[in-house]
Amino acid sequence: MIELDRAGRSFKVRREVVHAVRDLSFTIAAGEFVGCLGPNGAGKSTTIKMLCGILTPTSGRVRVAGLDPSRRRTTLARRIGVVFGQRTTLWWDLPLRDSFELIRLLYNVDRVAYRSRLDELTETLGLGDFAAKPVRQLSLGQRMRGDLAAALLHAPDVLVLDEPTIGLDVVSKAGIRDFLRRLNSEQGTTVLLTTHDLGDIERLCRRVMLIDHGRLAFDGTLDDLMATAPGRSTIEEVVTRLYTTGRETAR
Amino acid sequence: MVSTYILLAWTWARAAMAYRASFALMAVLGTVLAATDVAVILVIFANTTSLAGFSHDEVLFLYGASNVAFCFCDMFVGNVDRISRHIKAGTFDAMLIRPVSPWIQLATDNFSPTRAGRIAQAAAVLAYALAALDLDARRLWMVPVMIVTGVVIFASLWTLAASVQFVLTDAPEVVNAFTYGSGQLTQYPFSVYARDLVRGVTYALPLAFVNWQPGLYVLGRDDPFGTPSFMRFLGPVAAVGLALPAWLAWRRGIRHYRSTGS
Ligand SMILES: Nc1ncnc2c1ncn2[C@@H]1O[C@H](COP(=O)(O)OP(=O)(O)OP(=O)(O)O)[C@@H](O)[C@H]1O
Ligand SMILES: [Mg+2]
Repeated sequence: MIELDRAGRSFKVRREVVHAVRDLSFTIAAGEFVGCLGPNGAGKSTTIKMLCGILTPTSGRVRVAGLDPSRRRTTLARRIGVVFGQRTTLWWDLPLRDSFELIRLLYNVDRVAYRSRLDELTETLGLGDFAAKPVRQLSLGQRMRGDLAAALLHAPDVLVLDEPTIGLDVVSKAGIRDFLRRLNSEQGTTVLLTTHDLGDIERLCRRVMLIDHGRLAFDGTLDDLMATAPGRSTIEEVVTRLYTTGRETAR
Repeated sequence: MVSTYILLAWTWARAAMAYRASFALMAVLGTVLAATDVAVILVIFANTTSLAGFSHDEVLFLYGASNVAFCFCDMFVGNVDRISRHIKAGTFDAMLIRPVSPWIQLATDNFSPTRAGRIAQAAAVLAYALAALDLDARRLWMVPVMIVTGVVIFASLWTLAASVQFVLTDAPEVVNAFTYGSGQLTQYPFSVYARDLVRGVTYALPLAFVNWQPGLYVLGRDDPFGTPSFMRFLGPVAAVGLALPAWLAWRRGIRHYRSTGS
């Protein structure tokens, strides 16, 4: 479903070249649930943006649902759902309900399918209380649920999320995790998320990838991850060790 | 494409009416705007004299023809030059994940019908000039052609101005001067300008094809600068010749888009 082959993206910043992602290769099959870890500035968001066609890779090959995202962006958009935890993809001044309606128009979702999908999402994400409010008046947790619903209205095969649980309280977090887990198990949606919250990884992800300095530093199950550091008992300890040794080897 | 545009513009216009201001306020505003439009027309009529060999009515014809095209573009396409704001705010990313061209999304973003009055005003001036001038009816077919040509030329200039902002994200004002300047420039008969300027404007940016060259044909006049008469008909060619590089520049801009770091 998602395929990266030595994908890279660099940015020219004045005279210097920043390699945000380099030689990144991995494959994610349909129906997988993958979590992506990595220290700040590792290249996670850049990778996500290459997957949905926002950024064109400067080297290598990217395929999502068999399409080259940067060349077939609008075709891919119908098959992928994208959530940026840090920033809404909704329209600031429009009420949530109107944002959804606009998305229906943009994606050309037929009215009946839209109705039942929206009812279902309203029910499972509890959107009813604030659907009439403009997006700018929503709390972070409400907005995140709105964003999730917006990304799923067109029933995509793949959902990619960049830090979907950032800034949420424990209850909201649990709600969103539960929602994502059911989406993956009941509807078979492929999910790839990035996070700094190790709880997301422990509770959701059968497979973990760790990106560091734009490269894949680890790829395997949670047990594999724990096994990289025998003697350390918590995931925090293991990840801390991986992040700090990554920094040393990069020097 | 067009139907998507209309759907989006309609959604925004409806939202503007429902949530921005109360309906009464909109109505009052609309009346005031219409009144100022009438005032502007009166000022234009009073202040226009014969200019550089062109009569009062001929000047109004050239003004009206250019302004109809310009105001139309300002209302329906002009929003694309707000792209640098969207890039900086990160909202451009959101446009790129939708299955509709970001150009259309930008153009319709926060679409509001309040600028329709300006188009009506320009059209009124043009209609008056057409009625007042004793024109050869066999040449009037050129009027709609020149307006469409003007729309395409201005839309292309706006698209070029927007494409530049992918690189020069901090220079939207400069770019703005470029599109609005083009609109201003075409409001007067080109015979008021120096020959070198006209040459530059005719060949480099084909602004002379917005109203000057085809307008000369409609008016049945020779070019004071002595360009051959086949030039009167090159408007559509020039428009396509500008639209193509504009489209390519836009695509290039998207491919080189850098998003934001956070
Ligand atoms: N538009 C840009 N221009 C210049 N440099 C950029 C740009 N976007 C990202 N970068 C750089 O690329 C690197 C990777 O950034 P990215 O946002 O992908 O990291 P991340 O893994 O998402 O980090 P975080 O966990 O902090 O969100 C950073 O060094 C960043 O400074
Ligand atoms: Mg990030």
